[in-house]
Amino acid sequence: MAWYLVKRLLQLIPVFFGATLLVYFLVFMTPGDPLAALCGDKGCTPGVAAALTEQYHLNDPFFVQYFSYIGGLLTGDLGVNFSGREISEVLAGAFPATARLAIIALIFEAIFGITFGLYAGLKKGGWFDSTVLVLSLIVIAVPIFVLGFVMQYFVGVKWGLAKPTVSGAADWSDLILPGIVLGLVSFAQVLRLTRTAVAENASADYVRTATAKGLTRGRVVRVHILRNSMIPVATFLGMDLGALMGGAIVTEGIFNVPGIGNQLYKALTLGDAPMVVSVVSVMVIIFCVANLLVDLLYAWLDPRIRYA
Amino acid sequence: MPENNFENNDATGRDPNPEARSHEAAVREVRETADTPAGSHQKDLGGLSTGIMMEHFVADVARTPVTATDSRSAEGAPVSLWRDAWRQLRKKPTFIIAALLIVLVIVVALFPQLFWTQDPSAATSQCLLENSNGKASPGHPMGFTAQGCDVYSRVIAGTRASLMVGLFTTIGVVVIGGIIGALAGYFGGWIDGLLARLGDIFFALPLILGALVVMQLPYFKAHRGVWTLVLVLVLFGWPQIARIMRGAVVEVRNADYVVSARSLGVSSLGILIRHIIPNAMAPVIVIATISLGTFIVAESTLSYLGIGLPPSMMSWGNDISDAKDAFRSNPMPVFWPGLALSLTVLSFIMLGDALRDALDPKARKK
Amino acid sequence: MSMSQENNRPLLEVRNLGIAFTTATGEVQAVQDSNFTVMPGETVAIVGESGSGKSTSALAAIGLLPANGRVNAGQIIFDGQDITHASEKQKVKLRGNQIGMVPQDPMSNLNPVWKVGFQVRETLKANGLPAADEDVTRVLSQAGLPDAEKRAKQYPHEFSGGMRQRALISIGLSCQPRLLIADEPTSALDVTVQRTILDHLETMTDKLGTAVLLITHDLGLAAERAQKVVVMYKGHVVEAGPALQLLRNPRHPYTQKLVDSAPSLASRRIEVARASGVEADDLLAEHPRTSMQAALKQDFVQVQDLTKVYKLRGSWGRSEDFTAVDKVSFAIPRGTTTAVVGESGSGKSTVAKMMLGLEPITSGSIVFDGQDVAKLRGKEMFAFRRRVQPIFQDPYGSLDPMYNIYRTIEEPLKVHGVGTSKEREKKVRELMDQVSLPQSMLARYPNELSGGQRQRVAIARALALNPELVVCDEAVSALDVLVQAQILNLLAELQHDLGLTYLFITHDLAVVRQIADNVCVMQKGTLVETGSTDSVFENPQTDYTRQLLAAIPGAGLINAV
Repeated sequence: MAWYLVKRLLQLIPVFFGATLLVYFLVFMTPGDPLAALCGDKGCTPGVAAALTEQYHLNDPFFVQYFSYIGGLLTGDLGVNFSGREISEVLAGAFPATARLAIIALIFEAIFGITFGLYAGLKKGGWFDSTVLVLSLIVIAVPIFVLGFVMQYFVGVKWGLAKPTVSGAADWSDLILPGIVLGLVSFAQVLRLTRTAVAENASADYVRTATAKGLTRGRVVRVHILRNSMIPVATFLGMDLGALMGGAIVTEGIFNVPGIGNQLYKALTLGDAPMVVSVVSVMVIIFCVANLLVDLLYAWLDPRIRYA
Repeated sequence: MPENNFENNDATGRDPNPEARSHEAAVREVRETADTPAGSHQKDLGGLSTGIMMEHFVADVARTPVTATDSRSAEGAPVSLWRDAWRQLRKKPTFIIAALLIVLVIVVALFPQLFWTQDPSAATSQCLLENSNGKASPGHPMGFTAQGCDVYSRVIAGTRASLMVGLFTTIGVVVIGGIIGALAGYFGGWIDGLLARLGDIFFALPLILGALVVMQLPYFKAHRGVWTLVLVLVLFGWPQIARIMRGAVVEVRNADYVVSARSLGVSSLGILIRHIIPNAMAPVIVIATISLGTFIVAESTLSYLGIGLPPSMMSWGNDISDAKDAFRSNPMPVFWPGLALSLTVLSFIMLGDALRDALDPKARKK
Repeated sequence: MSMSQENNRPLLEVRNLGIAFTTATGEVQAVQDSNFTVMPGETVAIVGESGSGKSTSALAAIGLLPANGRVNAGQIIFDGQDITHASEKQKVKLRGNQIGMVPQDPMSNLNPVWKVGFQVRETLKANGLPAADEDVTRVLSQAGLPDAEKRAKQYPHEFSGGMRQRALISIGLSCQPRLLIADEPTSALDVTVQRTILDHLETMTDKLGTAVLLITHDLGLAAERAQKVVVMYKGHVVEAGPALQLLRNPRHPYTQKLVDSAPSLASRRIEVARASGVEADDLLAEHPRTSMQAALKQDFVQVQDLTKVYKLRGSWGRSEDFTAVDKVSFAIPRGTTTAVVGESGSGKSTVAKMMLGLEPITSGSIVFDGQDVAKLRGKEMFAFRRRVQPIFQDPYGSLDPMYNIYRTIEEPLKVHGVGTSKEREKKVRELMDQVSLPQSMLARYPNELSGGQRQRVAIARALALNPELVVCDEAVSALDVLVQAQILNLLAELQHDLGLTYLFITHDLAVVRQIADNVCVMQKGTLVETGSTDSVFENPQTDYTRQLLAAIPGAGLINAV
C-alpha cells in the first residue's frame, strides 16, 4: 500500500511539472512577443510592461522564467491582473462559488447517475434501460451552452422554478440550477458507465456464488454487484473534475455565477493573459490533486491494487 | 431474520417435523455412524443402499442420435468480423437513424447550395435590419437574427466548418494517438513509461482548457481558422486515442497467434502491422466516431467563447455566440443552430455506440 | 420420520426437465426431457462435454440459470416439494442451508473486493447460523485451509487456486446443506491438488451425510467418486446407472465412444504404426536394424543445463530473481515424442518458449541438430524458425480472427517466400487434406469453426513449412475428450507419415501415456525424473512422480475395464 502511494506521488511530479511547463511554454514560446501576449489587444502602458517584464523575468533565460513562475504558483503569489488586482485575491474570492457549483454537480451526477444506472443495468434490455440509454445519449450530445440556455429559458424564465441568473452571494439554493446543468452531461456518462459495470458484474461468477450461498437479492445487489461496480465509476468521477472545470466557464457565464470560470471567461473576452495562465495553472493543480485522490479511492475500493 | 429461519423452513414445507433441524441433525449422526464402514470408499457401495432407484437407463438411440464428433457445418457466405458487424448493424434502428442523419449532414456540408435559398455569405445577400428578430415566414422557416439575417441559410452554411473541424481533428488524433499508443503498447518497457507520462501531462490539461489557453494567444488569434483549430484540438485530444490503442494492443500483444507469427520469423514491425493493429482497431474506431462528435462540440464551445473560428466564418458556435445576448427576447437564433449541432453530435455518438455493440469481441466468441 | 422412509424418498428428483435459452438468434433448447434422481447422502455424477447441458440442469435446481434461461418443461422436486417455479423468497431459503454449491473456477467465484472471512461470515449470517470470528475460522479450517484465522483476514488474490477452492468448499458446506452441487469443482486445479481437495470433499460430505451432485467432463473422475453416473449429450440424458456398470457395459453409442476414447495405456503412436504394418517391437528395439530405427537413436535436440531467470519487479523498486527453469537437461531423439509434464509453475512452458527461440536463454544450451539455438542470429534464426513450429493450447487464441483459413495457412509460406501463389495454393489444399478438413472451409473465419477444427487449422499452419520439430504447448488440453482423442490420433498419424519430432508440453499424464516415447517430469523449475514413458509409468523413481501418477482420476478404474 505504502509503495503504491509513493509510486503514485512520484508519478504525479513529472505530470505536474510537465503540464505547467506546457502551459508556460505555449504562452511564452509561441511566435510573437510574450509581452504582447501578456498585454492583450489593447497594449500596455510602459509602466505595466515594465512590471510584467519583471514579474515574468522576461529578460532571463527560459528556465529561470519558468521556475520563478512555478515558485509563485506554489507560494500563492500569482502577480496582478490587468486591473491591477492581486490574482490570488481574485481567485480566492471566486473560489467558494465554483466549489459549491462543482459539489452540487458532483453530488447530482453521482446520486442520480448511479441510481438510474444501477436500475438500468439490473434490468438490462428492459424498457427502462432502453429509454434511459437513448435519453442519456441525447443529453451527452447537446452541448452545455445549448443545454444551459434551454434550461435557463424554460426552468428559469418561462416556468419560474428557479432564478435564471445568480445574484451576488451565490448561495447553495441559487446554484442548484447551474449545478444541475453543469453536471448533466457527466450524469449521463455516470449512468451509462454504472449500467455497463452493473450488467457485467451481475453475470459474474462470484455474484452467482453469492446467490447460491442463500443471500437475499437485496444483499447480493448491494454488497456484491453495486460495490464492485463502484470501482470504475469512482475513477470516472475523479477524472470528471477536469471536464467540470471546462464546463464551469460556460455555465458560470450563462448563469452569471461569480466563480473562477466566470473570471476566466471575462479574462478571455478582455484578453487578460496573466489571468488566463494563472487560472488554468491553478486548475491543473486541482486536477492533479483530484487524480491523486482518485488513485487513493481506487486503492481503497479495490484491494488488488493495494498490493500490486 | 436469522432467528425466524427455522419457522420459515417449516412454512415452505421442507420438513414436516416441527423440530426440523435438530431432529435432522440427530438422524444424520445416526446415519453417519451406520454408514462409516461402507462410506469410506463410495464406489464399493455398488447398488446396495439405494438399489431400488438405480436401474440402468439408456435413452432411445433414435431420439438421441450421436452426430459426428466436433463438426460445425457452416452455411452461407464466410463471415469476417466486419461482415458480421454489418449484419448486426443494418438491423439496428439507432444505427439506421444515425447513418441517415450523418449522410444528410455530409451532403449539406458538401453542397449547401442545394438547400439554402440564398448564399448567406454572398454580397447579394443582405441582412436587413427591418427583419431584425423577425418571426418565421415563407422562405425563412427559422426566422431572423438580431441583424435580420435568415437563420435557416446560416444554419445550412455553418455545417461545413463544424464538420470539417470534427472530421480532420479525428483523423489527426487517430493517426498521432494511434501510432503513439501502438508503439507504447507493443514495445512496453521504458518507451511505454515515457509515452504514458507524456500522455498524462496532456491529460492533465482538459481539452477545452488547453485549447482555450492556446487560442487566446495573439499569434493564434491572428491566424484563426479551421486548420488552426484542428491543430490545437489534435494537440490536446490525442492522449485519449493513444490510451485506447495502447490498451487494445496490450490485449492482443500476447495472443497465441502473435506468438505463432513470431515463431514463423515475421519481423516486429510486420507483426504490429499485419496482426496486432487490425485486431486492435475496433475499439479505436468506436472511440474515434464518438470523438468526432466531441470535437464538433469543442469547436462550437470555443467559437461560443469567441476564440474558436473567426467571426467572419459561419459556424453554429459563432451563430449561437452572436445570438445569445438577445436570447430572452428571441431564443430561436440560438435554438436552431443548437438543434443542428446537437443532432449532428448525437448521430456520431449513436453511430459509435451501435458500432461498439456490433464489434464487441465478447459477443463474437461463440 | 424413519430412516428407511428418508432413504427411499429421493432428495432431488428431476423429471422431464426442459430448459431453453433466449439468444439473439432465437430460442435454443439447451436441455430436453432430462431425468435423474439423487438419494439422500448419495453421490451422483453428471458427465458430458461442454455444451451438453450438464451444468444447466444442475443449476436450475437452485434457480441459478442465467438471466436468459428458463425452465420450460418438467419438474424439479426437492425433498418432496415441487420447486420448479418456486418464488425467489422460497429459493433464497433453500439456498445455502438446503442446497449448497461449489462452483467451477476458483479464480472468479470469490468476490475480489471482500476478505475471505467476510464472504464466509455472510453465508453463515444469511442462513441464521452463528457467525462470530471463531465460527468463520472453524468453517474454513474444516475445509482444510491451514492457518485459517490469519487467512480469513486476507483477500482472495492472496490465495492460491487450491486455497480458493478450499474456501469455496467451506462456503458451500458451511451451512450443512443436504445437497451439494459441485460444478467441476477441481477442473481448474493441478492434479495433485485436485486429488487432495476431492478426497477432503468426500470425507466432509460423508461425515455430514450430504448428497453430492457432481458435474464433470471426466468419466474417470465420475466413476471414481460417484455411485451413480448420468451421461448427458446435447441436452439429453443418454444413459444413467450405477457407475461401474455403466463404465463396463456402456449401451448408448455416445457412452461407448466416451469410454473408448478415455485414456488408454497403449501408446497411440504404436497403435498407428501397428495398423500400418510396423511392429511395435521394431520401433523400440535396442539395436537398430532399419534406417527409421537408426534415426530414432540419433539425438536430434540436446538440452544441457538449461536455465531461465526472470527479473521480477518488487515493491520499492527492488528487483528479485525468479528461476523459472533450473539446470534442465534432456535429449530428444529424432522422430520421437518427448513429453515435458508438470503442474502449473513447473517451468514447462518456459522450456517450450526457449526451444522455439522466443525467450532468451539465461544459461545452458539447446543444441538443435548441431546448432546452438542461443547463438543463432538473423538469417540463421530465420532458417531455424522454419524447422521448428509451435501448436498452442487455446484454439480460440491461436488463430488471428481477422485472417480466413486460407490466409492463415498460407502465411508461413508467404513469410518464407515459398513458391508462387499457385504453388502455395496447392500446398494449402494439400495441408487441408492432411488434417482432414474440407476444402470448402478455406474461405471461412476462425470464429465459424469448432474448437477441434481450429486446432486442425493450427496444425496445418505449423506443418506448412515441413518443420522437423513441432512444439505442442498443451495442444489438446482445452478440447473435449472425444475431440482430444481425434486430435491426438491425427498428431500420431502425421508423425508416422512425416517423421516429425514432437516436444509435447502438458499437465495431463493420461495424454503423456498415449503419445510420448520419453517423459521429463518437472517440478518448480527443476527436472525431477526423466526416462522412457514405460519405465516412468511402470516404475517411477521419485515420490513426486508417484504422486502425479496416483492423482490421475480414475486411472485404476479404467485400467480394470
